[in-house]
Amino acid sequence: MPRVCEICQGAKAILRRPKTGQSICKECFFRVFETEVHNTIVDNKLFRRGDRVGIGASGGKDSTVLAYVMKTLNERYDYGLDLFLLSVDEGISGYRDDSLETVKRNKEQYELPLLIVSYEQLYGWSMDAIVETVGRKNNCTFCGVFRRQALDRGALMLDLDHIVTGHNADDVAETILMNIFRGDIPRLGRCTEIATSGDGYITRSKPFKYAYEKEIVMYAYFRKLDYFSTECTYSPNAYRGYAREFLKDLEAVRPSAILDIIHSGEAMQVASEVKLPSQTSCERCGYISSNRVCKACVLLEGLERGVPQLGIGKSVKKTQDLLAGRTATRSGRAVDVVHFDKLRKHAQEMRHERCTGCTCDTSAPGT
Amino acid sequence: MSITVDVEFSGGLELIMKDKVRQATVSLPATADGKPTTVRQVILYVRDNLVADKPQLFSTENTVRPGVLVMINDSDWEVEGENDYQVQDKDKVLFISTMHGG
Repeated sequence: MPRVCEICQGAKAILRRPKTGQSICKECFFRVFETEVHNTIVDNKLFRRGDRVGIGASGGKDSTVLAYVMKTLNERYDYGLDLFLLSVDEGISGYRDDSLETVKRNKEQYELPLLIVSYEQLYGWSMDAIVETVGRKNNCTFCGVFRRQALDRGALMLDLDHIVTGHNADDVAETILMNIFRGDIPRLGRCTEIATSGDGYITRSKPFKYAYEKEIVMYAYFRKLDYFSTECTYSPNAYRGYAREFLKDLEAVRPSAILDIIHSGEAMQVASEVKLPSQTSCERCGYISSNRVCKACVLLEGLERGVPQLGIGKSVKKTQDLLAGRTATRSGRAVDVVHFDKLRKHAQEMRHERCTGCTCDTSAPGT
Repeated sequence: MSITVDVEFSGGLELIMKDKVRQATVSLPATADGKPTTVRQVILYVRDNLVADKPQLFSTENTVRPGVLVMINDSDWEVEGENDYQVQDKDKVLFISTMHGG
């Protein structure tokens, strides 16, 4: 005796929602999933009409579903957004090259323009080359630091107003746990926010902040979306792995655990006497940084000097102070990293070219 | 009496199977100890016969590991009774790992 959908009472139920415990049919699932994402977008006023929005696309399940849903909602509710796919090629053969093939197919399937920025092109160092130099132990540090900047660089190249990423509820809950375990108070505060706009930098948001991973995977499955799933060849990221397993065990006992953790994270407030690091611009590349030289530039310096440990572990802060006021070493692979001021200026020129007959002042500082 | 069940793997699970198979047909007795065969027996069969590497990524505590989704004939197994679902001849059971990055 098949179970009947608890929403429409008509069709056969094909999925139990972890959020509500309801058993529902395929059509009702599509509708509630899409509507909830729409509500997240509207309630949090994530976009403005005319915004140029880049979808951070890796070819994996989350970003593939995000691209599909963003395109669908933009048309259905007439958000008036210009959508783009923005991908980062870390240069990991056997992993990213394959997943980028998926993104290229998505570009055709969803008819969205695609920009791929690579570590090789931006920094002169691919992850394969970095791993060859630093080994497999700390390479995730490089990858994480470079990726964040790479997305911002890509966003400026496209003159985007906004980047959306596929981070889902499980990811957010996992990150909250990790930040609590590590006592990382500044990150704990930031990771629960649905949208962050880092001091005039491009706004980033997570429209799937409240969407369960299970539903995203099910959505991809029932919509027959084309995505790529392989673990990164270099990824040991053991710490996140434990947090994730722990979370999945909790979810098995009590499905609401994921949203409960997000709720707890949101409710936590940093006491006013806790001093958070103030932000400035990196004197080398212009990227936002809490030191005079940003982490990416320190890592690059280490690679160029043949001492890749330079930017890793407890010594980073000291190294950052040490490098302040000195010119970057460029001995090997590294290219001259384009300064963010230049990228911003270019973005502004593009913006000016797009608006016809306007009177905007091109001498004003970039947005 | 035996039944055949179609098992499929995706979301990265195929990578830990022997010969990285995405799909296999398994034959199981229709009953065990006088009780109808359940999907739990399918899971244990897969764990013991098809998984080549890192069985803990597929199964823990005599069922699938949390984070592995199970679809029985294109339905979430949570709607179908999870481990106790009685498998029928020609059923399709799909295992999807959600543990990979997005």
